[in-house]
Amino acid sequence: MSTEAVIEATAPAAAPPWAHAVRNGAPAGVRPGRLSIGVVTLWLSLVVLLPLAAVVAKSLQGGIGAFWAAVSSAEAVAALRFTVLVSLLVTAINAAAGTLIAWVLVRDEFRGRRAVGALIDLPFALPTIVAGITLLALYGQGGPVGIDIAYTQAAVAFALLFVTLPFVVRSVQPVLMELDRGMEEAAASLGAGGWTTFRRIVLPNLVPAILAGCALAFARAVGEFGSVVLISGNIPFHTQVASVFVYKQLEGGAPVSAAAVSVVLLLLSLAVLAAIRGLAFLGARHER
Amino acid sequence: MSAERPARLGLRVLALAYLGALLLVPVGVVLYRTLEPGIGAVWASLTTPAAIHAFQLTMTAALVAVPLNTVLGILAALVIVRGRFRGRALLDTVIDLPFAISPIVVGLSLIFVYGRTGWLGDALARAGIQIIFSWPAIVLATVFVTVPFVAREVAPVLREIGTEQEQAAATLGASSWQTFRRVTLPAIRWGVAYGVVLSTARAIGEFGAVSVVSGHIAGQTETLTLLVQERFENFNVAGAYAASALLAVIALCTLLAMTMIKPRKEYA
Repeated sequence: MSTEAVIEATAPAAAPPWAHAVRNGAPAGVRPGRLSIGVVTLWLSLVVLLPLAAVVAKSLQGGIGAFWAAVSSAEAVAALRFTVLVSLLVTAINAAAGTLIAWVLVRDEFRGRRAVGALIDLPFALPTIVAGITLLALYGQGGPVGIDIAYTQAAVAFALLFVTLPFVVRSVQPVLMELDRGMEEAAASLGAGGWTTFRRIVLPNLVPAILAGCALAFARAVGEFGSVVLISGNIPFHTQVASVFVYKQLEGGAPVSAAAVSVVLLLLSLAVLAAIRGLAFLGARHER
Repeated sequence: MSAERPARLGLRVLALAYLGALLLVPVGVVLYRTLEPGIGAVWASLTTPAAIHAFQLTMTAALVAVPLNTVLGILAALVIVRGRFRGRALLDTVIDLPFAISPIVVGLSLIFVYGRTGWLGDALARAGIQIIFSWPAIVLATVFVTVPFVAREVAPVLREIGTEQEQAAATLGASSWQTFRRVTLPAIRWGVAYGVVLSTARAIGEFGAVSVVSGHIAGQTETLTLLVQERFENFNVAGAYAASALLAVIALCTLLAMTMIKPRKEYA
């Protein structure tokens, strides 16, 4: 008998009262059995994976040459290029505006702050087509402010800013709330100004959250359709985004081309998901 | 401390101006424009047969997708958080896919499976079942886009509560199902509720995916969001605003529900 076994045998009080049940093979909490794992796997395979596999198969129906021809056609390249560039711009604006809004919501005090905080989720709750209509009503032709940005690249950026607004705010807000203010107070007492304190003390702590929010916003912007479809005017080589291009290809009877560009969008989404996973992993390691 | 008073005020004004110009004023303008022709006209345009059918179709899709994804979402969260098996990380990623994928790609993918030339096209045609350009496709699209919400809300709560209480229940002789119903479910209920609110909002508001598979047949395969687009493109702007306003009111109710549930979810 080893010493550990002796100690365990002679000191049963140290073990939790349900330890005997665990040792006797009773379930440690509600653990999913094989049936549950099977049901969930089957569900996700049928609902999500099977359709996505069909897109990939369709895109390769005419061979890799046809895939490449579809993806590298001038119109497809223009749509993909514009989509990625405008999404990057929107993501950058979100990084700044989202951090600012989160800061104001957490650190500032004014009447109606809670209402403003609740309003942040409006783009999640409002259907995207309605978002497009509302922006068109205000900033389109005959709008009350007298500016007309409909059918311009700026309009696309505006629509994307609307739908991606919550991501960075909601990602930064909880981190800012938990942040220990002792460091900031120390910096201030050593003579650092408000901006210096923010840049040197607060911002470095927020960077992982900002990046995570940015990744989500970028993924959303790249695939966005509903808010953009009316306000962009879908002018090829100018305001046409990738999702609208796919839609037009399908309507025009070119499903293989639609599938090929969709696969490029899919790969972009997967890359972003992987990046978020990587960030979370790095963050967890950093905390340890 | 930190920011001096004028700087703080400046940041506040900047943030509120951004939110106002992007969110509040546009939605306000649409609500104002909707009510301009009078409440009677709004009511008339929301009670046309096509509008009523669109409302019913939207609700049908939500009523199928939300309960289905609530039950399977809870199960999926349990599997992801508590399961110990190979491929768990993969499953975890697959659940997030509908968040990251363009709604247009979702619709397209359904056509390639259930459409006339799709993988199951022949079999469905022989059985006389039409899915694409019919209501089942709209339901399928709605189910696809609402997969992650409940699972994503419940998983962190499950991680937080741990398994001690469940172990205690098991020790006292409760079966797995009893433990789940009496211990686990009450602990995760606000997370479930939050997920249900988010999925309902998404189900009602989905546009891109249903747009691809619907076929846009007025009075048959048109949901509320498709009705907005159809009316707008046919120069019935007042009608489009009326339907938009109805959806905006539903969105505001969603926000209210989210605001009420959130604190309970966080301090459960």
